[in-house]
Amino acid sequence: MTAALVEKKDSAPGNAPRPSSPPPFSARRPKRERAFDDVPRWQIYVPLGIYLLFTLIPFYWMLLFAVRPAGSTSLVPWPMTGEHFSKVWNERSFAVFFQNSMIVGVATLIATTLVALAGGYALARFDFKIKGGFMLALLCSQFIPGALMLVPLFEIFKNLQLINSLVSVVIAETVFQLPLSIILISGFIKNVPVTLEEAAWVDGCSRFKAFCAVVLPLLRPGLIAVGSFAFVHSWNHFLFALMFLSEQDKQTIPVGLNTLIGADSVDLGALAAGGVIAAVPVVIVFAFIQKWLITGFSAGAVKG
Amino acid sequence: MAQSAAVATPPPKAKKPEQKAPKRRTASPRRLPYLLIAPAGLLMLGFIAYPVISVFYYSLQNYNVTKPWRNGFAGLDNFTRIFTEDDQFWSTLGFSAQWVFTQVTLQLALGLALALIVNQTFIGRGISRALVFSPWAVSGVLTSTIWILLYNSSTGFSRYLADAGIGDYGTSVLSDTGTVFWAATVTELWRGVPFFAILILADLQSVSKELYEAAAVDGAGRFRQFFHITLPHLRDAIILATLLRGVWEFNNVDLLYTLTGGGPAGETTTLPLYVANTGIEGHDFGYASALTTVAFVILLFCSIVYLRLSKFGGDHK
Repeated sequence: MTAALVEKKDSAPGNAPRPSSPPPFSARRPKRERAFDDVPRWQIYVPLGIYLLFTLIPFYWMLLFAVRPAGSTSLVPWPMTGEHFSKVWNERSFAVFFQNSMIVGVATLIATTLVALAGGYALARFDFKIKGGFMLALLCSQFIPGALMLVPLFEIFKNLQLINSLVSVVIAETVFQLPLSIILISGFIKNVPVTLEEAAWVDGCSRFKAFCAVVLPLLRPGLIAVGSFAFVHSWNHFLFALMFLSEQDKQTIPVGLNTLIGADSVDLGALAAGGVIAAVPVVIVFAFIQKWLITGFSAGAVKG
Repeated sequence: MAQSAAVATPPPKAKKPEQKAPKRRTASPRRLPYLLIAPAGLLMLGFIAYPVISVFYYSLQNYNVTKPWRNGFAGLDNFTRIFTEDDQFWSTLGFSAQWVFTQVTLQLALGLALALIVNQTFIGRGISRALVFSPWAVSGVLTSTIWILLYNSSTGFSRYLADAGIGDYGTSVLSDTGTVFWAATVTELWRGVPFFAILILADLQSVSKELYEAAAVDGAGRFRQFFHITLPHLRDAIILATLLRGVWEFNNVDLLYTLTGGGPAGETTTLPLYVANTGIEGHDFGYASALTTVAFVILLFCSIVYLRLSKFGGDHK
């Protein structure tokens, strides 16, 4: 990896295609240089540039609508205005939605990580009778459409008197995050050699203490991947909040956005500002975890 | 620090004079795993298994909030209604299939290409990765929000194109039955491709460089390296990712619900959306539950067939 990087540094600086670069099958090129990794630069930058435009124009569009004054058709966000933000934040109660979404997101993150950590540890480190059945249940639950469980879930929460309480949404989000989280975390734990733990036991640690001192620090990338997943999902998810929270001051951001979409005459500026408010936390989380995400997946998911 | 001790005394109870700690470790593995999976197990029993069973139960009932006098056991009536009378079921099922197939194939193709590109070493790789993956973090509702702004006929993208002489003002692509499918498809691709790319990229990282170097020395070009090393290596990851993604695209209602509301004229109503409309807006819980049951069976059947056909986990390495 690093070797390739260093090697690249020598040949990479000119992003123009090297004039002498022959077609891939040609034998004229020295063999060392024909590693898979070694692609003409334009074959990287041109498609990537096109894809970047596809990715970024929509974001730009939202930002543009959020900051330019109502009625303007300028494609340059200048002069800027905060009118849409203050309107959405104050009049459309996005301040309340934001707070509710935060509570749901953080609570789901904590609950999912703790429960999945326990379950994942059991799957990774023990053989027990119902292990196969438990794994099968985890996998099968992936096929159950969340949207289709709304009615029975609604009745359960009604019986538990949790309708209009954020607790209902936290429980529902946690439950639907759990299967994948457990599978991911057990994958990460399997990658930590058992001998490390055993060594700590010999030193007199209890299983729990050994886990906290030895395994947990090594799980950091995995936990960040799983936790951020749980946060982002519950922050974004719409249906449970829509169904279980009927009072407006209990609603979350996606539901707030949907009411803006559904308004008879759509206020595009307000909609865009609401979108920006909805995007900020997840984008921050994403920027923070981005580099762990890929290692997290490669360690946990794919090796299963 | 701990490792040296382990090497010195391999069997755990050999050295420690005080019995307590080793005993807890040797005695507990019986019950400990059950204790550990208990929270997850109970949550899933209560909030997944029980609701699923009640869906199956309701599917055999007449259960309509607006017509309580008719409620009661209905036998298989709901199911015969689905298969013999309900045209909407077939059309929404057809749209679901079309939607899932289009999304999964395009997301796989684009995601694979994207992953291969950002797996190269080039200047600006880190920031490019962060940027092209960023829609992953965005929700269905937020995606809809953004693309509603783009598709808006009076202030959206098409207006600026029309001003520049490309196309005309026309109606919004979201309210035209001819364009709505592709408009929705592009929207979902915007958010779905990064997810695929992340999964594939994760697996790409574990291909050993030596394989490529050896292949290059043997005279294999880039395309042969791709088809003989990269693709076989990615096989299981691709099978699993397409399966999960297919299920997810089938089940997800956030995007279409907020983007098109299933319209225009039911053109973009998937089966789950139809179920939600029947159950929640139509209050016909019994019939919605029967539809759910059918959807679940179809999904399970397709998944098993897919895993069989693709020989997932077969000895290909």
